[in-house]
Amino acid sequence: MIEFCGLRLAHPIVNGSGTFDAIAARRAFGEALLEAFPFSAFVSKTITLAPRAGNPPPRLWEAPAGMINSIGLPNRGLDGYLAHDLPQLAQLPVPLVTNVMGSTADEVKRLVEAVDARPEIAAIELNVSCPNVSTGLDIGADPVSLGALVRAVRPLTAKPLIVKLTPNTADVGAAAAAAEAEGADAVSLINTLRAMALRPGCGTPWLGGRTGGMSGPAIRSVALAQVCAVALRVAIPVIGMGGVTHGTHANDLISVGAVLVAVGTENFRDPCAGTRIARELKSLQIAGSSATTVDVSEPQPEVELNCGTS
Amino acid sequence: MRTLAPLGRRRVSVTGTDDVGAYRILHAADPAGPVPQPGQFYMLAAVEGWGAGIDERPHLPRAFSFLRADDGRLSFMLEDVGPGTRRLAALGDGDQLWLTGPLGGGFRAPHDERRALLVGGGVGVPPLSAWARALAQGGLPVTAVLGFRDAHHAAGAALMPDGDVTVATDDGSVGHHGLVTELLAAALGADDHVVVYACGPPGMLEAVRALCAARPVPAQLALEAGMACGFGACYGCVVPLSDGGYVRLCIDGPVLDADRLDAVPMHA
Repeated sequence: MIEFCGLRLAHPIVNGSGTFDAIAARRAFGEALLEAFPFSAFVSKTITLAPRAGNPPPRLWEAPAGMINSIGLPNRGLDGYLAHDLPQLAQLPVPLVTNVMGSTADEVKRLVEAVDARPEIAAIELNVSCPNVSTGLDIGADPVSLGALVRAVRPLTAKPLIVKLTPNTADVGAAAAAAEAEGADAVSLINTLRAMALRPGCGTPWLGGRTGGMSGPAIRSVALAQVCAVALRVAIPVIGMGGVTHGTHANDLISVGAVLVAVGTENFRDPCAGTRIARELKSLQIAGSSATTVDVSEPQPEVELNCGTS
Repeated sequence: MRTLAPLGRRRVSVTGTDDVGAYRILHAADPAGPVPQPGQFYMLAAVEGWGAGIDERPHLPRAFSFLRADDGRLSFMLEDVGPGTRRLAALGDGDQLWLTGPLGGGFRAPHDERRALLVGGGVGVPPLSAWARALAQGGLPVTAVLGFRDAHHAAGAALMPDGDVTVATDDGSVGHHGLVTELLAAALGADDHVVVYACGPPGMLEAVRALCAARPVPAQLALEAGMACGFGACYGCVVPLSDGGYVRLCIDGPVLDADRLDAVPMHA
């Protein structure tokens, strides 16, 4: 068992938000999904106040060792989530983390208040990869904006509050520190890296949303560096993710300070990737590979320098 | 019509291949798999050498409707058009496949004593072949019109079960010289108490949709879109519906009633 922000989890492997739809997967695979659920906690896709249809297709581009997506956060909106999705997600055999995003602090406050009121939800994850309407910068890319947002919502819930950091920023450690200073219980990273693909032979954007987010093994090394930098900067637990396809990759993220590891794109290739990676990780840990874990509380200067430099 | 997939991907062995004109038929043993419904699909990836091709692709599995499913053996039809199909087409006897499925929902039987009229183009043949076989087993008459680029591709018409099959080719090398939708229009002109079942490239499907909408005749279209997962996780394979919003082809399709669409998306 793993302890994470007061939750007791069967193993350290969860899903990245938006990379596994438990309701759709149950339609495809039936009740077997509940009997062998791949993750120790389930993170919902991002919920917004109003319903969103998502971006116009094409939404996907296969990239070298990964993919670029421009999905656009389709969801039923808060009311639809609570009425339609939540009763089904509450039947999952693991704790439920609900991921929310708003374009203003007031929107996020309303989302957090509504989610806080539901006992079926164990924890809240804030998606801060959303442009600040006044500066145009992603809220999560600016430690001051991010700190202000966390400060505004922290008093509204006693549930664990996880901040999903964006990697599209100069200093992810500063963003993590701002979230921690304002009371976040944990941080998760990395979200996708902003990326683009062109229509073959045309030179125009392929994706309906013009740009998208890169994920998969191609970003694994970037994720490792950013998780390392953040874990050295904050004392709160870190959920690490980015290109994990095998237990060795989860072990690497744990070695640099992650407490939990999320699987994303690999779920698309292997619906039971979570179960497999948890098993691979366990056998590595039994074999003693975890002895190489970096001591985050007393980082060696060399390690700190390497991890903190982008 | 939907058969649930066993949870997760499973490792299966290729048991052989056949070449039918321009197409490669891949046979795999799937003793643990359930019997799929015609129009359902599987996600396929080679266990070895997936990701080792040009530009480090393929990375994601590829979706294929099954061509045949008999006694624990599945058959798929491929045309080498990109890194995924190239790798799959290179597999031989004993090579290993990752397979997830059957996924999505298949065709629904004709209603109101309508006859089944199948319309296919190119790599759209597999679900129609499986559906024609199921209809014939149920004692229902089947008429099929199929379009191909040329005679080399039109050899794929042999993958349909014996019956009333008419072929068109773009270059006139076999059958009707012209579009399969010309054959469809003629068939509808002779008798439109039918349900049209169609699978093929988006331009053909859009022409089928428009012809059927004009009469009107009910049509079920087996659509295709780039998809990463096949089980509703990635939200990539959406098509816009007439009444607004999007539907995911993997979980709400791939077979859709044509009257739910204003148009078949061309990028798909």
